[in-house]
Amino acid sequence: MTAYSKSVLEKVYRMMVRIRLCEESLVEPILNGEVRCPVHLYSGQEAIATGVCFALSAKDYVFSSHRSHGHYLAKGGSMTELVAEIYGKEPGCSRGRGGSMHIIAPEMGMLGSAPIVAGTIPLALGAALASKIRKEKKVTVSFFGDGAAGEGVLYESLNFAALRRLPIIFVCENNFYSTHMPIKECRPENSIFKIGKPFCIQSYKVDGNDVLKVYEVSKKAVEQCRKGQGPLLIEFITYRMRGHVGPDDNIQGTHTDIRSKEEVEVWRKKDPIRRFEAFLIKNKIFRKETLERIDREVEEEVKEAHQFSKKSLYPNPNELTKYVFKE
Amino acid sequence: MSLLGYLGSLCLLSLLSYANKKIWKPSVRIRMRKLSYSLAINEALHQMMDSDPSVFLIGQGVKSPWYVGNTAKGLLEKFGPERVIDTPVSENAITGTAVGAALAGMRPVVVHPRVDFMMYAMDPVINEAANWHYMFGGKSSVPVVIWGIINRGGEQGAQHSQSIHAFFAHVPGLKVVMPSTPYDAKGLLVAAIKDDNPVIYVDDRWLYNLEGEVPKETYSIPIGKGIIRREGKDVTLVSTSYMVVESVKASEELGREGIEVEVIDLRSTKPLDETLLFESVKKTGRLVVVDGGWRTCGMAAEVSARVSENVFEYLKAPITRVTLPDSPAPASRILENEYFPTSKKIAQAVRTIFKE
Repeated sequence: MTAYSKSVLEKVYRMMVRIRLCEESLVEPILNGEVRCPVHLYSGQEAIATGVCFALSAKDYVFSSHRSHGHYLAKGGSMTELVAEIYGKEPGCSRGRGGSMHIIAPEMGMLGSAPIVAGTIPLALGAALASKIRKEKKVTVSFFGDGAAGEGVLYESLNFAALRRLPIIFVCENNFYSTHMPIKECRPENSIFKIGKPFCIQSYKVDGNDVLKVYEVSKKAVEQCRKGQGPLLIEFITYRMRGHVGPDDNIQGTHTDIRSKEEVEVWRKKDPIRRFEAFLIKNKIFRKETLERIDREVEEEVKEAHQFSKKSLYPNPNELTKYVFKE
Repeated sequence: MSLLGYLGSLCLLSLLSYANKKIWKPSVRIRMRKLSYSLAINEALHQMMDSDPSVFLIGQGVKSPWYVGNTAKGLLEKFGPERVIDTPVSENAITGTAVGAALAGMRPVVVHPRVDFMMYAMDPVINEAANWHYMFGGKSSVPVVIWGIINRGGEQGAQHSQSIHAFFAHVPGLKVVMPSTPYDAKGLLVAAIKDDNPVIYVDDRWLYNLEGEVPKETYSIPIGKGIIRREGKDVTLVSTSYMVVESVKASEELGREGIEVEVIDLRSTKPLDETLLFESVKKTGRLVVVDGGWRTCGMAAEVSARVSENVFEYLKAPITRVTLPDSPAPASRILENEYFPTSKKIAQAVRTIFKE
């Protein structure tokens, strides 16, 4: 029925729910102005962060983009520090200096996220090169969206990764939209995985809303990288349920989503969490009540993260220029 | 004679006098011998790669003297292609790779054999490396050296002649060093590699054949500390990198006319050695700032502003700047001669102050 133990499947389900509920919990604070930094919600894409990061070990590296909360949580980052960061508070993972777009958990191998489209791709290349020089057999994952396929540095990076056989997996989450631009207006063909071929990089296109499929293809890719058979490129097809930034496109709170309701509805039916839940119940792995209990536990965790963040202190204005340089 | 050789001998001639003056003696006296500027860089790389396995060199042409002179001599043979990485022309990705390797605990040196090509790498240098430590609240740092070689003159035109150190000094989170002697070339490269922050190391190919005393030992020169190259009481002449050579020459010419010039070599353009600068201006009351970059929003503007803000009451005359004009570099030698600051132009600027 399934090759996975119940405890692994429970962890996978719990992680996807943690990401979803944490993201959705931000909608209200965004709309009422408590959260002011630009927030790019990951709702709808949870299977990718979860499936990929579960294929990695704690020592492996990931870099991410503007839509990075899912990768941070799935790689083991603290939810409390994430939420505190989004509120701009001192206990945040970046001490309130970064906001939603700059989150980091170095102790978990989450080496950082940045919103310059494709900006972290060569950084991931560098981490992969570092582990190759040190002969550590670590694997690096570079998460980016379909929009990054418009940036030249991606192609430079694919070339260099292939030349040096670096242990890196380029993970493209194709959600069909580059901010407001539908992919058909960005590319003559919606098949990003094909860009790996001219660089002799093994490339795949995979359903990004099927968490077990994501996990399986990632696990294989990680094993190949560890054996020195990297790099690889995986394009995961998915959809973001929220706007590019904030709950709706394009301006936070104004309900101006550019996508048709019908299109959003089609993808709502492919919701990766609902699909996984149906799989678990249909195969009698978990009962509905068990999953609901997990949901409630996660709700509690999210609530506590917000409570902690709201009562935490803002950074001290006297420390405005602290951290410009490492002393 | 090749262009490099020709420029090198020009440097050597102008620097013979420069090196022999009483102006400055390094504090380390043991095992001193003469070394060229480019071989001093080479020695710093050898010693740092030897002592620290996390140091590596990456960039276009690191195995070709045509790109990097003899600065990388013997490195590939000694440390192998895993740590001496020649790359395709992909400045953005390669600089990003160096920055990313630093984030993963390495101490990379990434070289741009022509600083002009570094424009392609503005994202990893400015958006990523410079901001990284700050935007993650100090949780991660970027010990990377980004080395850009100024390679001007020789009728190479606008895209092979730029000096863009002021761009980088403008950006919070970057340090910028510009050595003018073989001793500094080695000591500042060692310091840059050991620094936990991104350091822009700018050298000038016009200095590559300059010889000077260099200790065999590994030593650092503190980043942000300038030095007095010649003492004087009448006017302060501030410069960096190759402009120090021209400034010292100008100061000798002026000395014969009875004007005692104090020449300050900033060595780092960020952080700026304000103490040294202000103390000198307090003493002389006059300031001429020489910079090998453009005039508008350049280093000379910054030095002038700091002096005006802090020690204005000591000034006996308006501050004067000697810089490149606000113009791209020309190709034709007749225009080139007009374009680059020389000791003659510097001396003339100083004389003008005293006439007024």
